[in-house]
Amino acid sequence: MLLEFKDIDTYYGDLHVLKQVNYEIGQGEIVCLLGGNACGKSTTMKTIMGVVRPVRGSVIFDGKPIEKLPTAERVKRGIAPVLEARRLFARMTVFENLEMGAYLRARGPEFEQDLERVYSLFPRVKERRSQIAGTLSGGEQQMVAMGRALMARPRLLCMDEPSMGLSPLYVEQVFDIIQEINRQGTTIFMVEQNANMALQIAHRAYVLQTGQVVLSGMAAELRVNPLIREAYLGEMQVPAPA
Amino acid sequence: MSFSSLLLQQTINGMSLGAMYALLALGFTLIYGILELINFAHFNVFMMGSFLALWVLQGFGLTGQTVILTGLPLIGVLVAALIVTMFGTGVLGVVIERVTLRPLRGITGPAAMITTIGVSYVLFNIILLLTSAQTLNFPNPLPQLQWQVHGAIVTLPEVLIWLVAPLLMTGLWAFVQKSRLGKAMRATAQDPEAARMMGVEVDKVIMTAFFLGSALAGAGGMIFGLYYNFTSFLIGFTAGLRAFTAAVLGGIGNVPGAMVGGFAIGLIEAYSGQFIATEWSDVIIFSILVLVLVFRPAGLFGRLAPSKS
Repeated sequence: MLLEFKDIDTYYGDLHVLKQVNYEIGQGEIVCLLGGNACGKSTTMKTIMGVVRPVRGSVIFDGKPIEKLPTAERVKRGIAPVLEARRLFARMTVFENLEMGAYLRARGPEFEQDLERVYSLFPRVKERRSQIAGTLSGGEQQMVAMGRALMARPRLLCMDEPSMGLSPLYVEQVFDIIQEINRQGTTIFMVEQNANMALQIAHRAYVLQTGQVVLSGMAAELRVNPLIREAYLGEMQVPAPA
Repeated sequence: MSFSSLLLQQTINGMSLGAMYALLALGFTLIYGILELINFAHFNVFMMGSFLALWVLQGFGLTGQTVILTGLPLIGVLVAALIVTMFGTGVLGVVIERVTLRPLRGITGPAAMITTIGVSYVLFNIILLLTSAQTLNFPNPLPQLQWQVHGAIVTLPEVLIWLVAPLLMTGLWAFVQKSRLGKAMRATAQDPEAARMMGVEVDKVIMTAFFLGSALAGAGGMIFGLYYNFTSFLIGFTAGLRAFTAAVLGGIGNVPGAMVGGFAIGLIEAYSGQFIATEWSDVIIFSILVLVLVFRPAGLFGRLAPSKS
């Protein structure tokens, strides 16, 4: 397993957000986390990055517990985030945003290599590299956010709502690129509202409800699960006409 | 003196004052940009800077205007005093942050700002006690050189200010724009949580901002001494308040804005002192501030941003 949550409990003040949560994400997988609003999806991402610390339980990355490590150390070990709502550094250029993604890594041939990789995955990012990030469209910003995360050369990419607020055309593109990144060897753990698209590219998925994992399994199975279809794929059971 | 030479003379004076205010305003803006904190300790870090410079110059055996140096010894003494002063106030700023502000990190409300006022008074009283409230003659080893330019007079200290202040400001600008840590500073100012998730150690960034801001205030303090030939425990308040006004005028958090704001305040002070009356200077400075803020609430170059959560 590349990443594991073992009985994680997280609180915001008195609010119990994650309750005894367990995840297992294997090397090379795309795993998707589904759930409604305020069910603990973003808290999961923040717990992985060390912005939120669990009160109980253990986060294991690559066989070692990381729940006590500072965020920078986790980035160094190979975890990179694509944050909800992009969160680019809006007044810096696209290139500077990419540089920030590689903040903990030395400049050199490896940096150039990763830059080329990002530019070939996202030709638009290359075109826009000297533009101020805040002036880009939402879709372009999502490309930069993904490129920025890849500049850390991560083993695990944690994506929080990559399709949020994007036009259908961009959503399709983003999911294609996520698959491409995965094929190139990066493990992906993704929170997504768009369950339909997410379950098409994911290998496995977890369903989170008010801080608890209520369902998990292979994406193909979950796609046909009636509960999932009703709750997340927007299919209502239409009563037969009388 | 004709009107045009008066105007030129006051422009010269205003640009010298402005350079000092700009150096001081940069410290306010750097720290505000990252922590959204108005650091009132900065007033008296500036004042400490003038005393550090005074002690270093006295350490070289200089008192008042009795010893005049030229050539290499002069440059050596001034550069050494500037480096020691800037390093000293820089470390003072870092210590203030580490000891009094870091424990309050994450506490919302005015606690941190009130603490900086307290620290400011501590520094003020240390110097008050050390100097027995005396105004001290500032050692000035500069030869009494001055030049006539179209009826106005330019003195050697002014020329030095115009050389040193832009050099320091350009250095800061280059650091913030080009260096890895400078980019991390800008990223942290724009989105601290995202910066942290890129691996930026926010504590290190905050320390850097305090070091640089306080070092520039130290340079400002030494310039004050050389320009006015005195220093006292009181100088932090007037200069500090004007520099803070400069930072707000330029758009607090904005580095070029602080520089422009500093020069603007310096010029306003000089012109109003000449053409209206010295005692009206502050009234005019603050009236202009109020007017600018009515029409541009974020300052001349600032932008209104939703406050960080």
